[in-house]
Amino acid sequence: MSTLPKKIGAEAIAEKGWLAAHKWLILRRSSQIGILLAFLVGPWMGLWIVKGNLNYSYTLGVLPLTDPYLLLQSMLNGKLPETLAFVGAAIVILFYILIGGRSYCAWVCPVNLVADSASWLRRRFGVKGGVHLSRTTRYWMLGMTLVVSVLTGTVAWEMLNPVSMLHRGLIFGMGFAWLVIFAVFLFDLFVAQRGWCGHVCPVGAFYSLIGRASVLRVHLPQREACNNCMDCYAVCPEFQVIKPALKAVDGAPPIILDAQCVNCGRCIDVCSKDVFAFGARFSVPDSKPITQAPEPIAEALK
Amino acid sequence: MTTTIQPKGSARRQFIVDTARMACGVGMVGLGLGLYARHATALPPAAIRPPGALPEDRFSAACIRCGMCVRDCPYDILHLAKPEDPMSTGTPYFVARQAPCEMCENLPCVKACPTAALDHSLKEINKAKMGLAVLVAQETCLNFLGLRCDICYRVCPVIDKAITLDPQTNARTGRHTLFIPVVHSEHCTGCGKCEKSCPTEIAAIKVFPLYMAKGQLSAHYRLGWVEKEKAGGSLVAPDVEHRYHMPEGLKYEYGKGLSVVPPGEAGSGSVPSVPPVKALQGDKL
Repeated sequence: MSTLPKKIGAEAIAEKGWLAAHKWLILRRSSQIGILLAFLVGPWMGLWIVKGNLNYSYTLGVLPLTDPYLLLQSMLNGKLPETLAFVGAAIVILFYILIGGRSYCAWVCPVNLVADSASWLRRRFGVKGGVHLSRTTRYWMLGMTLVVSVLTGTVAWEMLNPVSMLHRGLIFGMGFAWLVIFAVFLFDLFVAQRGWCGHVCPVGAFYSLIGRASVLRVHLPQREACNNCMDCYAVCPEFQVIKPALKAVDGAPPIILDAQCVNCGRCIDVCSKDVFAFGARFSVPDSKPITQAPEPIAEALK
Repeated sequence: MTTTIQPKGSARRQFIVDTARMACGVGMVGLGLGLYARHATALPPAAIRPPGALPEDRFSAACIRCGMCVRDCPYDILHLAKPEDPMSTGTPYFVARQAPCEMCENLPCVKACPTAALDHSLKEINKAKMGLAVLVAQETCLNFLGLRCDICYRVCPVIDKAITLDPQTNARTGRHTLFIPVVHSEHCTGCGKCEKSCPTEIAAIKVFPLYMAKGQLSAHYRLGWVEKEKAGGSLVAPDVEHRYHMPEGLKYEYGKGLSVVPPGEAGSGSVPSVPPVKALQGDKL
């Protein structure tokens, strides 16, 4: 094996062409930046498409959208919102039940751009290892923020939440919020791989709970074609979700049902064998027998 | 389930240790977060919340930091607190000395609020209680110095109610009047126009959050004159008429001063029969 890190997705680019091997990544970056721009053209150019921020927004004077996690912290303190905020939260919850809770993380959240940059640099410069954090940390964080909200009578996570701090900062003025964002970047780069979004963030944890039964899922219609190149594991921000579906662990069907999957579609991009595809939860593709044995490295990555 | 080569007790112990580790780690973060959140519920003196804002302890639980009030303020006076500001991050405020509330009659900020953080039952801007103006610097207030500045009085949107000018004698000159601005908390909305307009280098009149500026009498206090008016008469036995030792032929009346007793009324205003020494000893007989 070469000492240089292998270029991830090289096979896919050779097989499918650059554009096809980056399709979902391009779409996803367009979504993230597009949503940000929709918020920004108001304050920048006076063109008010969306008012507010990711906590609560009002689009074109018709569509309210509310962060349900934030609203929950407020409501735990006995503070009932106005009707629009309720409607907004209901719309958001229904939307993410359809397209996968953590799609929010991959397609909307601005911190994803920060975390993906750190992750890219990690791969690029071969930064390995770091602090081990359990993937369940985020649920503990989620519970903790709700308890602290009640105990202090505040919307506690909003004091630190890098998601709303970055988004609000870009729209309403950053101040020293960039320090918090930079801390998240350094945390992901040096302290823990995929540390913030993949282990700690209670916002992602909340959205993963919404998406437990979500309709849109990554299918593996051709999992028997897998050549164990490991590229999907390398790019996946929640790589633990792939193995059961890819290797039919305990007879798992060829669909990623883990609520941690962020539906980023990067596995679809980097796979030269077209193992992965988006599909609905109810239409599980036929499970064909897997001829190849699981690669030892896949075991090690578990 | 995967088979385990460890004895059962070991797995259980590992589970307990892992859980304890997680609970303690996250608990520490929670402790820090809680203390930080608690500290940030006190509003700094220079920051005034938009109209209809709940009292600070309830506001920080109700506000979802969306900035809709900031957007819908036609005068762009509102800011969202940045992490380094000494209040809950992301909550709205304005600084009166920079830009005061322009008191829109249709309350666009309150209408924009998607939660109860800005109380939607507020329908009239004149009923708002954003803060309370206080004339903090009597030494530098131009009216206190004897000038007719009157700017705070003139710019007040609730003129003659929230701020009145009370005439007082100018003791320095002995013959002029001081027009002292007096703020009446009942009518002051805390818009901050007075603070913004004060022409002195540092404003002599400032708006503070209500919790800082407004006093309150103890619950058992009663104002005698108010009670008297309510009851339609004195609630205690009326004071006995004051009696003074006056020189012969003079009398003293409260509010009128000394006067000469007209002939024929002699003796009515004084107590001539008691010797002075005895009077000083009171009624000890």
